[in-house]
Amino acid sequence: MKVTKLALLFGLTAAVPTLSHAGTLEDVMKEGVLKCGVSTGIPGFSAADSNGEWKGLDVDFCKSVASAVLGDASKVKYFPLTAKERFTALQSGEIDVLARATTWTATRDASLGLNFAGVNYYDGQGFLVSKSIGVNSAKELDGATFCIQAGTTTELNLTDYFKANGMEYKAVTYDTSGQTIDGFKKGRCDAVTSDRSQLAGLRIKLDDPKSAILLPETISKEPLGPVVRQGDDAWFNVIRWTMFATIEAEELGVSSSNVDEMLKSSINPGIKRLLGATGKTGEDLGLKNDWAYQIVKQVGNYAESYDLNVGKDSPIQIERSLNKLWNQGGIMYPMPIR
Amino acid sequence: MTNKQLPVDGKGLLNNPQHRAIFFQILALALVVFFAFYFANNMFDNIESRGITTGFSFLNNTAGFGISQTLIPYDDGTSTFLDVFIVGLLNTLLVSVLGIIFASIIGLLLGVARLSSNFLMSKLALVYIETFRNIPILLQILFWYNVVLAALPSPRQSFVYLDSVFLNNRGLLLPEPILQSGSGAVIISFVLAIVAVIYLVRWSRQRHNDTGQEFPIFKVSIALLLLAPTLVYFIAGQPITAEYPVLKGFNFNGGLTIIPELLALLFALSIYTATYIAEAVRAGIEAVPKGQKEAAKSLGLKDYVILTKVVLPQALRVIIPPVINQFLNLTKNSSLATAIGYPELVTLFSGTTLNQVGQAIEIILMTMAVYLTFSILISLLLNWVNAKMAIKGR
Repeated sequence: MKVTKLALLFGLTAAVPTLSHAGTLEDVMKEGVLKCGVSTGIPGFSAADSNGEWKGLDVDFCKSVASAVLGDASKVKYFPLTAKERFTALQSGEIDVLARATTWTATRDASLGLNFAGVNYYDGQGFLVSKSIGVNSAKELDGATFCIQAGTTTELNLTDYFKANGMEYKAVTYDTSGQTIDGFKKGRCDAVTSDRSQLAGLRIKLDDPKSAILLPETISKEPLGPVVRQGDDAWFNVIRWTMFATIEAEELGVSSSNVDEMLKSSINPGIKRLLGATGKTGEDLGLKNDWAYQIVKQVGNYAESYDLNVGKDSPIQIERSLNKLWNQGGIMYPMPIR
Repeated sequence: MTNKQLPVDGKGLLNNPQHRAIFFQILALALVVFFAFYFANNMFDNIESRGITTGFSFLNNTAGFGISQTLIPYDDGTSTFLDVFIVGLLNTLLVSVLGIIFASIIGLLLGVARLSSNFLMSKLALVYIETFRNIPILLQILFWYNVVLAALPSPRQSFVYLDSVFLNNRGLLLPEPILQSGSGAVIISFVLAIVAVIYLVRWSRQRHNDTGQEFPIFKVSIALLLLAPTLVYFIAGQPITAEYPVLKGFNFNGGLTIIPELLALLFALSIYTATYIAEAVRAGIEAVPKGQKEAAKSLGLKDYVILTKVVLPQALRVIIPPVINQFLNLTKNSSLATAIGYPELVTLFSGTTLNQVGQAIEIILMTMAVYLTFSILISLLLNWVNAKMAIKGR
């Protein structure tokens, strides 16, 4: 008798299936909130303002996804993550999407069980130095000490660049970008190296931003984009097309201020398709047909988001250069929504 | 053991209490093994279904990032993640061993000062202990790091001592000894001098016990340790030279650099752990019966002799176990260095490496195994010391 009971117990436990996922899209819709991984504070990309509200290009991306999936840009829960925590948080399912100025590389794409949904900011690595050391080019940095953030592609590019130029350097590696700029402020290092956009954001955090300059060299390609777990194609599609929708909206001249008017009166078939007046791209993605309308209405198109957070209307003032639309001299090229 | 007190009626296999006890123990063990296996299996299933790479082959991959302090030769272009692991391990050991030495010295002095009959001294020790023991260690590490960085000048305005020692916010720069051929003889002579001193100490103690004659052991030992290597050094034609740090560009080149992160961490860990050691020392000394001290005093022994020959030998039995525990705590606390960027095991391996490789489970397991090994080694040491110090009946 005992033996049979025991066997039953073992049999039951063994029969419990391993934790299975219904799919992130269903999970998000059921919970009614999007769990979005952001940075611990990169000005322009994701940083909490003085009212504790998250602002930035990546934050706008989280909001766009929430608008498309849930129809409400405010239904986002932000998870501030350091560079070294981010992938584990995504792998373990703690967050639904990672929008944290993350560089797309082959190793990350292939070995981490993650997929990069695209590029929402083309960046490159640069150097921020104090004016007082009198350096005008990265080539003059032989023997310098650098403050770097741990677990970034930056660390690896720095080694490559100095090897290639036959120079030497010393690295002081910190956990967060806040600590990194702090080390620089206190004179622990001669220069900070990171993505140029981040350096521009960190520079305005200095007591006197004019005391530091960004060197002209860009030593790497840093395509930054949202990341999702591998093997969930429906969710991957939603993320990828949310990104394209914001860029497509800019290309078609649809912005948050004119979207209602466009929906009513536009005769452009492309705009009608984008806003869900015709076609059924939304349904195909497993969303409502007005998904892109909600994104533009509640968050805005790519240009609005860019200008407000990192571009001409922001304190950081970064030129759009590579991030201009493909037909305006940049490489932002949304795949056709049809 | 209790089974023996129960009447064993031995009616069949099931009613025998001893058999039952064994049965339930086997059952419990089986359950533990089953659940461990179940969870491990579940984990590997999930990892595989998510397409995450597993295994330890990443250790042979090139790391490709710079490290601010390496005790073994490390090249950021060619060294592997295994090298990074070893670098981190050695850096943890370095700060732990140095921390243990400093914390023990400060702690012993403080503990004795705490019991001093000098009012000022005992109260100062009390204030020190109560202050530093009650501030979280992480805060102290951050505090000292900021103090170190704020107080030290930039490389061009370094504090200089004798044109060879420099102190600035890049660290403490010392001349580095360069060993040339023939330097082996100097090192051998130094080791021989140490061995000779050990024998001398034993001999003089034996003679003191037998005849009561004193021998100036301290002066003779110092002379031996200094003179023998110096003589050989000059006879062999000065084979050890020094490389001095030189200001080149905006940084110093050459020489030995002690980075400010190490200084700050060492400072914080020593000061913090010393308070606990001081309390252990005080407890140990107070545990020695008052009569022992009074008896020694009535024999006319000096205070110093009473402390070293009567009190401490008895107190050590009480002091050593908690102190070794503190050594272990210090080693584990060194992982807080991640807050200030000192490249120890947790920062380098379960921080940077984990992020570059992304294999959380393997890397965290390896890191945990290291600390577990430290802990087990230290507790083995503790058992050995306990057995050695136990009161021996004669």
